[in-house]
Amino acid sequence: MSAPSAIGLWGVPLAMIGGAVRVSTPYIFVALGETITERSGRINLGQEGTLVFGAMIGYGVAIMTGSAWLGVAAACVCGGGFGLFHGWICSYPKVNDIAIGIAMMQLGVGLAIFFGKPFIQPAAPHLPAIPLGWWSAVPQIRVALDVNALFILGLALALFLNWAFRNTRYGLMLRVVGDSADAARAIGLNPDRLRLYATAIGGAMAGIGGAYLSLYYPGSWNEGISSGQGLMAVALVIFARWNPLGCFFAALLFGGAGALGAALQSVGVTQGYYLFYAAPYVLTLIIMIATSSRSHSLIGAPGELSITK
Amino acid sequence: MTNASPDTLTGMPRVEVAGRPEALAKWARHAEALVIPGGALLAGLAVFSVFLQVLGKSPLAFFQAIYLGGLGSAFSLDNALTHASPLLLTALCVALPARLGLVIIGGEGALVLGGLAAASVALPLQGQPYLIVLCAMAAAGVLAGGLWIGMVGALRYYRGVNETIASLLMAYIGIALMNQLIEGPLRDPASLNKPSTYPIGQAYRIASIPGTQVHWGLVVGILACLCSWVLMERTTWGFAARVAGGNVRAAQIQGLPVGKLIMAFTFIAGACAGLAGMIEVAAVQGNANASLASGYGYTGILVAFLARQNPLAIIPVAFMLGAIDASGSLLQRHMGLPDATVEVLQGILFITILFSDTFYGRIKWLNPDLWARAQP
Repeated sequence: MSAPSAIGLWGVPLAMIGGAVRVSTPYIFVALGETITERSGRINLGQEGTLVFGAMIGYGVAIMTGSAWLGVAAACVCGGGFGLFHGWICSYPKVNDIAIGIAMMQLGVGLAIFFGKPFIQPAAPHLPAIPLGWWSAVPQIRVALDVNALFILGLALALFLNWAFRNTRYGLMLRVVGDSADAARAIGLNPDRLRLYATAIGGAMAGIGGAYLSLYYPGSWNEGISSGQGLMAVALVIFARWNPLGCFFAALLFGGAGALGAALQSVGVTQGYYLFYAAPYVLTLIIMIATSSRSHSLIGAPGELSITK
Repeated sequence: MTNASPDTLTGMPRVEVAGRPEALAKWARHAEALVIPGGALLAGLAVFSVFLQVLGKSPLAFFQAIYLGGLGSAFSLDNALTHASPLLLTALCVALPARLGLVIIGGEGALVLGGLAAASVALPLQGQPYLIVLCAMAAAGVLAGGLWIGMVGALRYYRGVNETIASLLMAYIGIALMNQLIEGPLRDPASLNKPSTYPIGQAYRIASIPGTQVHWGLVVGILACLCSWVLMERTTWGFAARVAGGNVRAAQIQGLPVGKLIMAFTFIAGACAGLAGMIEVAAVQGNANASLASGYGYTGILVAFLARQNPLAIIPVAFMLGAIDASGSLLQRHMGLPDATVEVLQGILFITILFSDTFYGRIKWLNPDLWARAQP
């Protein structure tokens, strides 16, 4: 983009809105998945590794089959596999879920780079965008309103989970297990098994988020495709107080922060690129500082969650 | 955080086991601390061998390449030791707070900023005596790293912010900060392709240990590990930290200064990583550039966990992972394996070692507490 063009500085908020929608989708999926996992009383920091591996496998499968949606499906399945593995190891006594998450992060990224080497060059088919800006003649508006189907799916999932946590049998089971393993055992639930499923679903959703990264935006596979989005999404869940709708809006906020650098660049501001690049991390940190508390555990936190104890 | 090793509170008197001499029980406990991580290590290598075999690569050739690249010749041994040197310090960045029950994984950020601070301090001091410049650089590195991780400790204590996520975020922020500064105000215009600060000057580089290609930073790292061990095992502060790591409430009731402990240990931890950055700048790079963020901070996490957060055990483990790191390029050339192979191996080892936590106290012949029960 050369000239700041017709709409001038209005391009910045517009690019940020468009960017927020584009950048936020992986956050939405990882955060919703992690919400399910954390509501069951376990934390999976390995979502970062799952995200990167999902990006790689999604891209690879899309190249080999020629279908971007098959890529998303493959990423979903592999992510579920990672989640199952995490859940399985953590079901053994004395195994620390946070530490295992760090290890899974390293393994996931390592495996993704290991197997992803041949996929750096070729181009995969992209996920289609839905042009919601068809009514406008201004190109910036049209670009900003090109919305991917996965974003809408993410919104639907957030609404569904928000309802399901309160109103379905499985939602209640998950919350019981997350709040008190003893209470869950007393009513005949198996905490380890439910947590295994919850972690697997969380992983599968992180995999979809990864496929979005490589198949839509930024839309290619490379070794540095995720720069901590998986991890920031975990922090985002805490900020959203384990509420799926909160996750959705927090993800939009993060997406906007992530799009700040690119938006400013599009109107010609190129100074401080790295600092704007760091904006989401700073935002995450500020939010964590603002919402944590020294003396009491967080409102809405699942009682069994090790991170808030 | 349940990372407590079986000997977390070795000061506790143990019940004498009926029928068995106490010495044997003691040996069993020592053996447990060796057998379980050792077994986990072997299991991890076995899993990795299967992984290679499935891909049609020979595990034997792989380990041969690691041997050649890490230990086989004087050159590769030097290379391995050079790689091990920062790992000693970044592992301490994880191991020291771990005794307080804190999982800090942001050593990379402290390393990078320590290196950057050291490089920027050296510039105005050009022409001063060698020792003064070197000490100033070390002080800058220590301070920058220490404050960076100390901040994580402060956030943990005063605001209850989760230190694991906070430290990793701080690492990303630190790396971004370095990139911004070496592309902007601190950039040497002569560095075209690879933005760097001005060189610190050949005269102020850390020399090699005579007879080797390894710089003196290795000795600094080993000394730091020894000092940390003394701090942990032989001082009141170390004991207080272990008590606080075992049970914060109990420590507070005992009147231990938990806040001060957290701040002090996170500062020292960050200082170690910052020092590693300073040594990388002064001994290897010659200036601060993006190569500082090459993963030593992250490998240090693995070293610390493999060493079960024991500063003495860090020394051999850092050497082992240094050797693996050093042979990365050889693997690529000889076996056609991508450099990420090393990362996969590290990830697998990391998982098996964490998984092995579940076996502590559950293997009968290693746990004297279980011997008595078996007897009628």
